[in-house]
Amino acid sequence: MVSAPDRHSDAGQHMGGGIDAGHGFPYGLPFEGSLNDGPGFAGSDAPAEEDLYRCVHCGLCLSACPTYVETRLETESPRGRIALMKAVHEGRAGISERLVSHWELCLQCRACEAVCPSGVPYGRLMEHTRAQVQDNDLQSRELGHLSRLFLRAALPHNGRLRLAGHLMRLYQRTGVQRLVRKSRVLSLMPGDLAAMEAQMPVMGREFFSPRGQVFPAAGEKRMTVGLLSGCVMPLMQGDAMRAAVRVLQRNGCDVAVPPAQGCCGALNLHAGDLELGRHMARRNIDAFKRAQVDVVVTASAGCGSSMKEYGDLLRDDPEYAEAAHEFARNTRDITEFLAGLPLHPPGAELPWRVTMQDPCHLAHAQRITEAPRQVLRSIPGLELVEMAESSLCCGSAGFYSLIQRDMSRRLQERKVGNATATGAEVIASANPGCIGQLEQGLRDASAGIRVMHVVEILDAAYQAER
Amino acid sequence: MTDHDLLASIRAVVGDEYVIAHREDLLVYEYDGSVDRSMPRAVVLPADTQQVSRVMALAYDAGVTVVGRGSGTGLSGGAITPPEGLQIAFPRMDRILEVDTVNRTALVEPGVINLDLDNHVRGFGMRYAPDPSSQRACSLGGNIAENAGGPHCLAYGATTNHVIGMEVVLEDGEIVHLGSMAREAAGYDLRGAFVGSEGTFGIATKILVRLLPLPETVRTFLGIFPDIDSACTAVSAVIGHGIVPAALEMIDALSIKAVQNVTDAGYPNDAGAVLLIELEGLNEEVDEVSGEVEAALWDTGAADVRVAEDDAERERLWVGRKTAFGAFGTIAPNYYLVDGVVPRTRLTQMLRKVSEVSERYGITIANVFHAGDGNLHPCMLFDAREPGVMEGAMAAAAELMEECALLGGTLSGEHGIGLEKKEFMPLVYTDADMEAMQRVREAFAPENRLNPGKIFPDGSYWRPSAHPAAYTAGMYV
Repeated sequence: MVSAPDRHSDAGQHMGGGIDAGHGFPYGLPFEGSLNDGPGFAGSDAPAEEDLYRCVHCGLCLSACPTYVETRLETESPRGRIALMKAVHEGRAGISERLVSHWELCLQCRACEAVCPSGVPYGRLMEHTRAQVQDNDLQSRELGHLSRLFLRAALPHNGRLRLAGHLMRLYQRTGVQRLVRKSRVLSLMPGDLAAMEAQMPVMGREFFSPRGQVFPAAGEKRMTVGLLSGCVMPLMQGDAMRAAVRVLQRNGCDVAVPPAQGCCGALNLHAGDLELGRHMARRNIDAFKRAQVDVVVTASAGCGSSMKEYGDLLRDDPEYAEAAHEFARNTRDITEFLAGLPLHPPGAELPWRVTMQDPCHLAHAQRITEAPRQVLRSIPGLELVEMAESSLCCGSAGFYSLIQRDMSRRLQERKVGNATATGAEVIASANPGCIGQLEQGLRDASAGIRVMHVVEILDAAYQAER
Repeated sequence: MTDHDLLASIRAVVGDEYVIAHREDLLVYEYDGSVDRSMPRAVVLPADTQQVSRVMALAYDAGVTVVGRGSGTGLSGGAITPPEGLQIAFPRMDRILEVDTVNRTALVEPGVINLDLDNHVRGFGMRYAPDPSSQRACSLGGNIAENAGGPHCLAYGATTNHVIGMEVVLEDGEIVHLGSMAREAAGYDLRGAFVGSEGTFGIATKILVRLLPLPETVRTFLGIFPDIDSACTAVSAVIGHGIVPAALEMIDALSIKAVQNVTDAGYPNDAGAVLLIELEGLNEEVDEVSGEVEAALWDTGAADVRVAEDDAERERLWVGRKTAFGAFGTIAPNYYLVDGVVPRTRLTQMLRKVSEVSERYGITIANVFHAGDGNLHPCMLFDAREPGVMEGAMAAAAELMEECALLGGTLSGEHGIGLEKKEFMPLVYTDADMEAMQRVREAFAPENRLNPGKIFPDGSYWRPSAHPAAYTAGMYV
């Protein structure tokens, strides 16, 4: 806390400039609502003062923020959200439902962070703020439910995730889903079950599981890479995982998929569950250490972003701090890794018109935009066309699409509109969440366009060689 | 009319959801890009001119102060609203209404973002020239209030040179038109008086701006100098050759270090100063002038002269310049900058004063500025948590402003006077001057209900009220 919090109770907050208050409201009735009726920040995971006051409220972040661009409201801007954190830090306001609603509308896409001239670590500030919100049990009802049911009960457990995946696949493939949807039985159920059901991700035909497999390099071996299998990606997008393995093999890598690895913890961290996130980080650090790989590669931008920040996350853990830094240093997004090898260009033509959708956690959090394009441009015959606002969030943002459905939908429509306007037949992405969100958006828009991971496109080009 | 009645009446005009009156929400309308803050009574988000007019008439009848707010990027406290005053913001009035390619004009609402307008008209082969460093966030309405500048205003002039006409709502809600829809207007230039009036004359609700054709060629030079004196001489030499570059910017050694800490802008780490010079025009013209510029740079002691090879390299050079102030965060947690102007020929003298003040107060001062038009931005870097440092920085700032005035310059090149510099106005104006200005204001706003307490000294020396760790001002320039 600061030395002398500026606690004001009413309208009379002082001005620096000696403005004549006589022109104010003549009757001086109190404001609507009040400040200071909630807990302040406390504990070791509170947003740090030095992070907060790096923000000099210049406003250069505004136009990069998807929720500000959509609403043009200062409360829904990065600068505004930090101002609310500062107000809590200074003791001028308490954590309240209203403040939480502004923080929860944030997608944590970190577009603001990438354009901030002062280097404000916004992602960290928001994660720590959410940790405070969670500690005080002030999360929205929706986020609270999801945290308990999914983030804590399922994500850290591969077995439970796979079981859920099997059940969902059964539901989707046996015709039950068709029956349920036809019967409209869900609309009779309480809550938004029908909407949730409609957003249910489509399970892949075949899952991808980490069992300690080692896929040998094709041709001369260049190095051994460890592949993160992740949580939902191997269930929903097993095809992309297998494509990732094949393109790595094709480029001279032994690909190890260590057992005992699990979810990277990104979603838990974003929701403010830092302790569970740390636990999941330690598990992965151990799993990959045992596998003795040269680098850790992930095909999910969101995971890569979190894994590259393990060092920061565990900096106060005497046992893991060093290993976490090491792990973070050796983590690569798969497009970054391939572009840096450099990759073997495919020998066959792939005459596709492709547009690249920049995942937020690749473009903003990892500042990687060129690598996926380099990979795509290495494919003969492929035409790469740029869409407008390619790095403006698509609205997926982890499970944001389940909680902030309206904003998610608006951003999804915006993204689909920008993508289809290019006339591309394939939208390339590099993050499972974005791929699912785009697929669903395209289904709704009935646009005949495919969404593929960059490595699936590269894999298709290698396949065409035969 | 009671407070409650007034808000109810305003809600009836704009709709409930477009009045922000909860204190927790108002926390984010307390500030702009400057150091000061104050919570407005409510924020109103009107949809069109009629709504603005009706809201202002209601406020006028109730005796309530009104302050307009664009994007809140201003650096002199222009959008800070008095306690219990009403703020009117324009996120819903952000339409580009018309682009006239024949007459090269655009009709826009005040909430349009500067860069959005520029990007939009580039599709028609034109551009909107004023380019404040906040251009990706700041609004046209705010640009007009502050008569905003930017690097490219050296050749093309500040905002006032690009506004042809306006629809304006006065304090009592009356709607008037200033300037004309044609290129020239007869009679007094009320439009000219309005631009830069810092929101005290009225609120512009429609703006007709001038557009320029895109230049055929743009060429960007980086002149690298061993010290700041030789770089200043080079500025005089370039201008002395009768060349008016599109932009002519100076970045000193400390600023180079800060920028290169954050991003590789391509500035050499060991340079004493660099000049960023941009030429625009027809191919032949730019070719010819390029030779003269290069010669002038070499003649005045440049260690090296580089030309941006492509758009990416030019972009990189400009990113360094436009984010320099943010990059100062890597040197000290706080900064405060002075937006003073001196005649170009006094640049060297002024910079010597800056370095003398820096030594005497023991405060690091960096210099990044619009050298071409003598608009300095000496930027004091310090840690406000150290006792007494803040006072020292303010006293140093005061001395620098005094020196600008002594050298025949002025207090502000482009950020406005607002709250921040109002007590310094007597340095450049007599009481009679300021009275004359007030009389002009009275012609527009006789009751002084619009953005009162700004521009003119009233004995309340600027005193920051923000959190001690947040004493920073003036991000970009």
